[in-house]
Amino acid sequence: MAGAITAAVPHVAETKRAVSTESPAARRILISITVLFLTIFVVIPLINVFNQAFSKGYEAYLSVFFPQRPDPDAVLTFSQKRRLAEAAAQAARTWRSIGLTAAVASIVLPLNILFGLAAAWATTKFNFRGRALLTSLIDLPFSVSPVVAGLVFVLLLGRNGIWGPWATKLEWPDPFSLHWVGFADGFWPLAFGQTHVGIIFTPLAIVLATIFVTFPFVARSLTPLMESQGTDEELAALSLGASGWRTFFKITLPNVKWALLYGVILCMARSFGEFGAVSVVSGHIDVNDTMPLRIEKLWNEYNNQAAFSVASLLAFVAVITLVAKSIVEWKAARDIERSD
Amino acid sequence: MAGSPSRVIPGFSLTLGYTLFYLSALVLIPLGALVLKTTEMSFAQFWAVTTDPIVLASYRLTFTASFLAALINGIFGLIVAWALVRYEFPGRRVFDALIDFPFALPTAVAGLTYASLYLKDGWIGGLGPRIVGGVNGLAGLAGLSAPLAPEALDWLTFPYTGGTAGIVLVLVFVGLPFVVRTVQPVLIEWDPEFETAARSLGAGSFMIFRRVIFPELFPAWVSGFALAFARGIGEYGSVIFIAANIPGKSQIAPLQIVTKLDDFQYAAAAAIGVVLLFISLLILLAINAVEHYARRHERAAA
Repeated sequence: MAGAITAAVPHVAETKRAVSTESPAARRILISITVLFLTIFVVIPLINVFNQAFSKGYEAYLSVFFPQRPDPDAVLTFSQKRRLAEAAAQAARTWRSIGLTAAVASIVLPLNILFGLAAAWATTKFNFRGRALLTSLIDLPFSVSPVVAGLVFVLLLGRNGIWGPWATKLEWPDPFSLHWVGFADGFWPLAFGQTHVGIIFTPLAIVLATIFVTFPFVARSLTPLMESQGTDEELAALSLGASGWRTFFKITLPNVKWALLYGVILCMARSFGEFGAVSVVSGHIDVNDTMPLRIEKLWNEYNNQAAFSVASLLAFVAVITLVAKSIVEWKAARDIERSD
Repeated sequence: MAGSPSRVIPGFSLTLGYTLFYLSALVLIPLGALVLKTTEMSFAQFWAVTTDPIVLASYRLTFTASFLAALINGIFGLIVAWALVRYEFPGRRVFDALIDFPFALPTAVAGLTYASLYLKDGWIGGLGPRIVGGVNGLAGLAGLSAPLAPEALDWLTFPYTGGTAGIVLVLVFVGLPFVVRTVQPVLIEWDPEFETAARSLGAGSFMIFRRVIFPELFPAWVSGFALAFARGIGEYGSVIFIAANIPGKSQIAPLQIVTKLDDFQYAAAAAIGVVLLFISLLILLAINAVEHYARRHERAAA
């Protein structure tokens, strides 16, 4: 399965120092190759992100996000004013991309957690015909190219799409534009500041494409564990009179909490970083830029330092992700050891 | 759907219903739209689009680069997994955690940093001139005239031309975890008794690896290789940063889809998409077959 690796059960790699029939020289060579390979392919590219982001100094790095404000007393030439305005507009676009990325993840995550829990419950606690097929179908998005993932939504909901006539006329309010307007005009004090028309080339399409590519993560990380735990504990709780929901929240959920968190971490990392699928449905419109799309635009504008500054935020998140993942794996392994 | 007769655990219809609904709405129906869109073309049109010289060149590039990257990962991934499982060395745990870094780092960031590293003025791309500069500078301090000609180390310059080499490099990064993570569990489970036995029968280290350990690793290694290969075929984000993206020369197949979409050739984009989808499903089937075979083999051996 394509997902077997991306969301495998948390593993622990313990060395077996007792073995090794190979000579110390061979051992040293193999360790050197490992260290060199990982340094060239992982460590140096990572350091390079931060090195390039700070290549023009700390001030330049900060000014990507917080542009210089003009001194109100200073007399500025026209070109100086234009440069300041341009920097402010660029920073505003960058902030918009950060906000959009966070908003998309905050919608995608709960939906995929809910789906992952439901799918894992259905496929591990019950035996039914077509179960193997269902699990393969859940894994399907892992083996689809991200570009194809974006393409399918354009073909379904785009202007010439199969549901195009309906989808392009759909009006929907932006949930993040909800704001307080007071009770002056009626009983309902909240209003949407912005409505969108259509789905493709709007943030909704970005949400759909991101759901598609992050679809299997939570289900995939829960399934092996829930399968191995079986149904004994749930049956015991139910026979003692607990309700279905109570059984789920008191028995099943605590048993799988680390695997769930593991899936959530992977899902979040992917939803922050998805590029291909999102790029296809965004229509290259500035307001639809997520952080990875913003990085591409800055790079194409030859604004390398700014591109790397935005990239450094994502690289930092990736490092945090890795640390969180290691902690979760360690906790999960400890739980398994204890239960043995 | 007939389940077990004594279904005590609740929530079957709720969870299965929700799963099927969500799966259909977000994955199956959109994928169906892709296939349906291609039926708008006649077979001759489909054939013309998918065998266009530029499209064929993009398939060739995608497959060559993905295969080379998977091969590099196959060789080095095996060594990395081997060293991480069997030896203790400083920083082992950190390196082990770093294997998953390509999953955590957005592909766009990977493409960005690789592109800048291997450019002529990048850290790795510009290594040759930098060494020349350093050596000549030191010699100057010692009062010697420059011992190295300015272009003496130009052969060190990475053959980065926005072509295959750069694409392979970034695909090696993207596919790095697959082989390591499939082979690792097998190595952890490996019983050293067999090695000791082989050694006592007079086998050398390489012989032991080739005849005793590798056959055991082989199924896992093949699925890791195939996963890395499949990942490379679909990869887009990282590659477009490092490739020159010249049609017919350095455009990968997913980029062909994007190009067609930008030209509003929806059916043509769908046709190329169907071909890519078909290929990834074939690879998926092959992986399942290998795993199935390995499981049966294992059972027969036990």
